[in-house]
Amino acid sequence: MATIYIDNKPYEVKDGNNLLHACLSLGFNVPYFCWHPAMHSVGACRQCAVKQFKDEKDTRGRIVMSCMTPASDGTRISIDDPEVKAFRASIIEWFMTNHPHDCPVCDEGGECHLQDMTQMTGHVYRRFRFKKRTYNNQYLGPFLTHEMNRCIQCYRCVRFYRDYAGGRDFDVFASHNHVYFGRHEDGVLQNEFSGNLVEVCPTGVFDDKTFNKHYTRKWDLQTAPSICVHCGVGCNTIPGERYGRLRRIRNRYNGEVNRYFLCDRGRYGYEFVNSDRRIRRPLLRPTPHDGDSSGGESTVAGEEALRHIADLLYFGAGVIGIGSPRASLEANFALRSLVGPEHFYSGTSDTDSRLVAMIIDILSKGPARSPSLLEVESADAVFVLGEDVTNTAPVLALALRRSARQKPMEAARKQHIPCWDDAATRNAIQDAKGPFYIAAPYSTRLEDLSAHSYHAAPDDLARLGFAVAHELNKALPYVEGLPEQVRSLAGSIAGALKDAQRPLIVSGTGCGSEAVIQAAADIAWALSNGGRRADLCFTAPECNSLGLGLMGGHSLDGAFRAVQEGAADTVIILENDLYRRADEGAVNNFLGRVKHAVIIDHLTTPTSHKAEAALPAAAFAEADGTLVNSEGRAQRFYQVFVPEGGIQESWRWLRDIMITTRRAYAREWENPDAVMAALAEALPVFKQIQDIAPPAGFRIAGMKIPRQHQRYSGRTAMFADITVFEPRPPKDPDSPLSFTMEGYQGRPPSPLIPRFWSPGWNSVQAVNKFQSEVGGPLHGGDPGKRLLEPAEVKEIPFFKAIPGAFVSRKGEWLFIPVYHLFGSEEMSILSPGIAELSPRPYLGLNLEEANNLQVSAGEEIEVNVNGAVYQLPVRHVPGLPAGVAGLPAGLPGVHKATLPAWGSLSKTSGMVEVV
Amino acid sequence: MFSLIRTAWDIFLHAFRRRVTIQYPEVKSYIPPRWRGRIILSRDPDGGERCVACYLCAAACPVDCIALQAAEDEYGRRYPAFFRINFSRCIFCGYCEEACPTYAIQLTPDYEMCEYTRQPLVYEKEDLLIDGTGKYHDYNYYKVAGLTIKDKGKGEAGNEAPPVDVRSLMP
Repeated sequence: MATIYIDNKPYEVKDGNNLLHACLSLGFNVPYFCWHPAMHSVGACRQCAVKQFKDEKDTRGRIVMSCMTPASDGTRISIDDPEVKAFRASIIEWFMTNHPHDCPVCDEGGECHLQDMTQMTGHVYRRFRFKKRTYNNQYLGPFLTHEMNRCIQCYRCVRFYRDYAGGRDFDVFASHNHVYFGRHEDGVLQNEFSGNLVEVCPTGVFDDKTFNKHYTRKWDLQTAPSICVHCGVGCNTIPGERYGRLRRIRNRYNGEVNRYFLCDRGRYGYEFVNSDRRIRRPLLRPTPHDGDSSGGESTVAGEEALRHIADLLYFGAGVIGIGSPRASLEANFALRSLVGPEHFYSGTSDTDSRLVAMIIDILSKGPARSPSLLEVESADAVFVLGEDVTNTAPVLALALRRSARQKPMEAARKQHIPCWDDAATRNAIQDAKGPFYIAAPYSTRLEDLSAHSYHAAPDDLARLGFAVAHELNKALPYVEGLPEQVRSLAGSIAGALKDAQRPLIVSGTGCGSEAVIQAAADIAWALSNGGRRADLCFTAPECNSLGLGLMGGHSLDGAFRAVQEGAADTVIILENDLYRRADEGAVNNFLGRVKHAVIIDHLTTPTSHKAEAALPAAAFAEADGTLVNSEGRAQRFYQVFVPEGGIQESWRWLRDIMITTRRAYAREWENPDAVMAALAEALPVFKQIQDIAPPAGFRIAGMKIPRQHQRYSGRTAMFADITVFEPRPPKDPDSPLSFTMEGYQGRPPSPLIPRFWSPGWNSVQAVNKFQSEVGGPLHGGDPGKRLLEPAEVKEIPFFKAIPGAFVSRKGEWLFIPVYHLFGSEEMSILSPGIAELSPRPYLGLNLEEANNLQVSAGEEIEVNVNGAVYQLPVRHVPGLPAGVAGLPAGLPGVHKATLPAWGSLSKTSGMVEVV
Repeated sequence: MFSLIRTAWDIFLHAFRRRVTIQYPEVKSYIPPRWRGRIILSRDPDGGERCVACYLCAAACPVDCIALQAAEDEYGRRYPAFFRINFSRCIFCGYCEEACPTYAIQLTPDYEMCEYTRQPLVYEKEDLLIDGTGKYHDYNYYKVAGLTIKDKGKGEAGNEAPPVDVRSLMP
């Protein structure tokens, strides 16, 4: 700890930080632009000036940039000195000389850092009489607007895009006062994290284009803390609603998970909530079994649907429930309670179920720990085994970019460069990369970080992994018949991991291979054998895969068998499209055999079309619930708005079915807390989920926490076209949040923060006021509770079965899934921007294979896999090994669930069909 | 007794004073132009809608009786897709006019807007938008603001230099 004096008052601050960091952490308002808590200082904008004094006798002092001055013991500064205040006011006046007169039509207005800082410094009147500089804007794709006139040249965007996120197609151009931030020509920004420019830019140069289409000011959005549902990382988000439609997603800081940034899928994938494909009222549809061929579906009242379903359950010959990895724990547990644990099926494919169960086993029975993303950032040697992280767990990839810097940072530390001095650090480390190894089935976006990338079929990847494990612990089996090159690679990987302080192994379900996961576990276990820490990070396929895995339940194939054998004739499907989980034929067969299918979902899907009854479920922004991310962290999400129509939470529908079928205990399930209590009682592994967030009865000074900002407008006019008598705001029995602007306006407990706002800090930078230290945990600790902790084991249960080497077959190819940030996920693809950027279905081959087959890129080829025949254009996927072909995972018409699988290709004699 | 006579006399004298009662509605009183009466939305001198849907009037409104939704035309000009004022709540404080950065929303000297029920007091954009400039004749927001709209490119607003050539290194 160091003592610094600010305006002659002593304060204790942490060592090794700069003055700006220290002042903001202490709660002082020092204006700044170029400094960003995640990207640190470059001293470019000169806005954070303070006056520093030599000692207590010094009265003159000198003006220094607080972001570039260390907060060392005994530092004496003044923030309120008149001279330095005048200095800061003149700096902002310079910034404003060219700023256009367009705050009213700027999307940033009302949450603009530049507005806040202008207010803070007191600049009110423009004295500059000359002409304003202007720029032409660029088209940057469907996600971002570009308005360069507003730029104040703080360089944050280019520092984020190039240095932090590893993008290459965005830069700063031109010279002197003409500098321009953009692309070399109009075009879609290629980086997966480009959407963060909206939050990184202190003013309105980059704004959210999807939000612009239904624009609302920040103070008019109804917001609540939420969790992203588009992958397994579980980033914390703040969705905003107005007039019954979800308007946008913003990042919600969680010091241990996503911190300051989101990926574009998470930020822009929200539009499915407003989709035309939503089921908004309960539907009943006559089935062939009823002998009614009149056809057509009819919307009915909730009670009627419930009575109908209760009849089905009562008269049916047996009922099974199919859960879903994209539904909350509460919903899955409610279904499990309704049908009984022995009739509960997890609703994931056989492969996915096995892989997730294995991951849970490894993390809870072995000595390796699943790291939080904060811990991933501090890993100093990384081995990614068999995972295309950028496309399956994007924000994890962003964290991995930080870990690749850890080793080179040591060189900077040796030269006594503080880690917050960003420009100097980057100069010191140049292009040096830490030990970062990737072994994946095809070339991935992280490869610019790695010295060695190895591409092979899943089995060969696993063999490399086992060879590394053998190098680390010679007691583990030797991998026979490994090429010398691969063996020496295994040696160097093992050496790097062994030398590291905090080695990290990253793997996941992406390959669909158990052996890959086992090999990753073996490496991590071999590393932690000596009692030292080795982290093992797995990616999960969906937002609640691990939660569902912890709950247990048989795989989907079991459900198919149960119906086949006649053990059940009625099925309740929870938020699941079975056609994404199994082969079309198998699902058709299953749905044809069941007499009654009931679906509870928020979207119409091919499965819901075949259901006899469909109940409208609430999407993530309309429901409360708990999800378990790939780290094993259970996190709570809250309802943002009350949807129109008959929509309610899945667990409420299931509870209502239970009540209708006279299960008395369900009457006690009045809110998610009661469901969670029942869940914790039934399955002790979930004991901690009750402590994630305050219960529904929680009040601060007798008040709830408002979802609406205190400046929320239009209360007496929003619905006045329908009725002039203002309807009462909806009640929320489920949480300590209210659907009004009345309530406790102070800082709520960290799991309940509905928005980051503080007086004078309207922009997203207000997050500083919610953290116990800038860049540190939120006040009261970061939200979420880890459910998986490593076990103290004497005998590590190493995996010893090594798969045989991959042998390519003549005339056959091994089809593996190729993941896409835009397209591989079921719901985000309903956002028009994401649909625009997602690829059309294709067949991926490496160049050599394509040449051997004499097909060129774009040429159609017949693909025969798993009994299905596709006509797909060929696309060159770099890195795919010989004998392996790639199919894009999750795109409409391509089934991921059944990959990897063997299949054949045949050329369609030069005919190119236009799809 | 004296006071009674005195009162009667005073009242008698009133018969010869100037009449202050106005025979409304036959006769109307003088209302100053800055009177805060019925709210209108005005147009700029070129006939375009002045309102840019910035939401500042709604935020300033102490009774929250203004609701609107922003939209953008194909050239980037903002306008309100709907604009609603609930006059049964309005207190005619004029904060909305003060907050308006484009002189779009103005209070007028018209106060004759009584209704028997509250519902007709909800005015939509069609009821609010007039064809003229209202009290402020010359102001045209988009001629000053840096945003491009139809027929006005970058660098063509007031006090703007032509767009920078990014590829030039000349000082």
